[in-house]
Amino acid sequence: MTRLVGLPQHVVYATAGVWALLIAATVLVLVLRWRKPGHYDELIDRTMSWWWMIGAFTFAIAVNKTVAIVFLAFISYLALKEYLSLIPTRRIDRTLLLFAYLAIPIQYYWAATDWYNMFLVFVPVWMFPFFPALMALRGDTQNFLRAVGMLSWGLMLTVFALSHMAMLLVSGEVDNPVAGGVGLLFFLVVLTQFNDVAQYTWGKLLGRHKVTPHVSPKKTWEGLIGGVLTTVAVAAFLGPYLTPMDPLWSALAGAVLGIAGFLGDITLSAMKRDLGVKDTGGLIPGHGGILDRVDSLTYAAPAFFHFFRYFFTP
Amino acid sequence: MLSRNPLITLLRFLFFAVVVRAVVLVALGLTVRHRERLPKDGPAVLAANHNSNLDALALMSLMPLRLLPKLRPVAAVDYFFTSKAKGWFVTNIIGIIPVERGSAKKGSNPLAACEEALDRGEILVLFPEGSRGDPEKLGPLKKGIGHLACARPNVPVIPISMHGLGKALPKGSMVIVPFNCTANVGERLYGTGGYNDFVEALETSMTALGAEETKPAWE
Repeated sequence: MTRLVGLPQHVVYATAGVWALLIAATVLVLVLRWRKPGHYDELIDRTMSWWWMIGAFTFAIAVNKTVAIVFLAFISYLALKEYLSLIPTRRIDRTLLLFAYLAIPIQYYWAATDWYNMFLVFVPVWMFPFFPALMALRGDTQNFLRAVGMLSWGLMLTVFALSHMAMLLVSGEVDNPVAGGVGLLFFLVVLTQFNDVAQYTWGKLLGRHKVTPHVSPKKTWEGLIGGVLTTVAVAAFLGPYLTPMDPLWSALAGAVLGIAGFLGDITLSAMKRDLGVKDTGGLIPGHGGILDRVDSLTYAAPAFFHFFRYFFTP
Repeated sequence: MLSRNPLITLLRFLFFAVVVRAVVLVALGLTVRHRERLPKDGPAVLAANHNSNLDALALMSLMPLRLLPKLRPVAAVDYFFTSKAKGWFVTNIIGIIPVERGSAKKGSNPLAACEEALDRGEILVLFPEGSRGDPEKLGPLKKGIGHLACARPNVPVIPISMHGLGKALPKGSMVIVPFNCTANVGERLYGTGGYNDFVEALETSMTALGAEETKPAWE
């Protein structure tokens, strides 16, 4: 593969494409605001936030692999912090939560060193039994099960699931002669985020029939199907350029991303409903919290990683 | 008066610009609601609920660094002046105005230093509950804030309800555990009536601001 400024050439061009799309979207939003001032404030906030997010992602992948891994670990940290701030907590577990944060650098270390077995077992085999035992040793059994369950699910989503992005970046390097691990990571992240926007846009344009009226009333079948089909089409076109997959396999990967992303989205929506909040936080203007932004990735990252590993790793 | 020693001024600036901002940004993550209600300049009083030793630092980080020389947290003498080093740090780096807690001696005004600071155009950071009390709960307000507001009726008092800092660093703990925090800024109040009325209005405002947040259980 040819390299350009340290990155695979195809990733550089694909990044330029994302920026072109962002600039086009920004111009569109500014025109909308100019024609109807005051009507599109949230859309403006959203678009501005995309500049920050795409800027940070571009910076992280452009510098080097270590920076990219630290960046992804920091996203896990922000997501876990947001999750732990939302759920009911027992005061006795406060310092124990420091260990939960400590799981992040350790988990990302396994990813950074391409230690696949440890990466797979660390959270479910080591962390899951560790915390209940520690809580039991502290001696408070009131709401014990709730605390164990909530912490475990939070670690699963924010640490284990999201860290698949870092593992894909590192382990995908040798399996992707077209654009390296970073090409695979780019394919996963950009298509998942694109799928979110596509589902939202199709839902706004044609949305009639609700998929989950009680969980996420804004999700419609029209949005879901239109979004997944759009993602499949873009994936079929982008896949051969960034990954070793041919257009057909790429389209299948696009369907996996689109459906997994949708499931991640409604799962986090159900959690928010249960907790009685609209957004998971206020970190990203127009979007909500970090969990609102990475909700689809919590499902799409492991799904795509294992899809690719199963079919394309010798 | 804050120290005019340039080295101390620089240390204070660095402490707030680097250490405090890094902790507030990375370890806490402070969401501010109604930021536009914060005062643009002194004199003013920021009145907040008190749950953690981080409260004053988090509140001070809400204001631009340009106003740092005017920012003065009001704190109890008995709590902070227990050792020489601690006293030096809170006086010079944090820049507190010390007040005597409990019943004032007859004839002396325990808030005289606060009134003088307001007359110099400074911005006080004050916790009307007096102490940190029950974690993440608003306790009854002391009357001092009412006396101060009525003594300087032109100075705005900005009620602020904070949440989360009592989880990140509660009373009796030395270790910060990262939690997201919020600061909900209220409409400014003035001490134009009686001091009891003022305290009541402030308590109503702070309770309403606190109720706007969805707070997960912390038991």
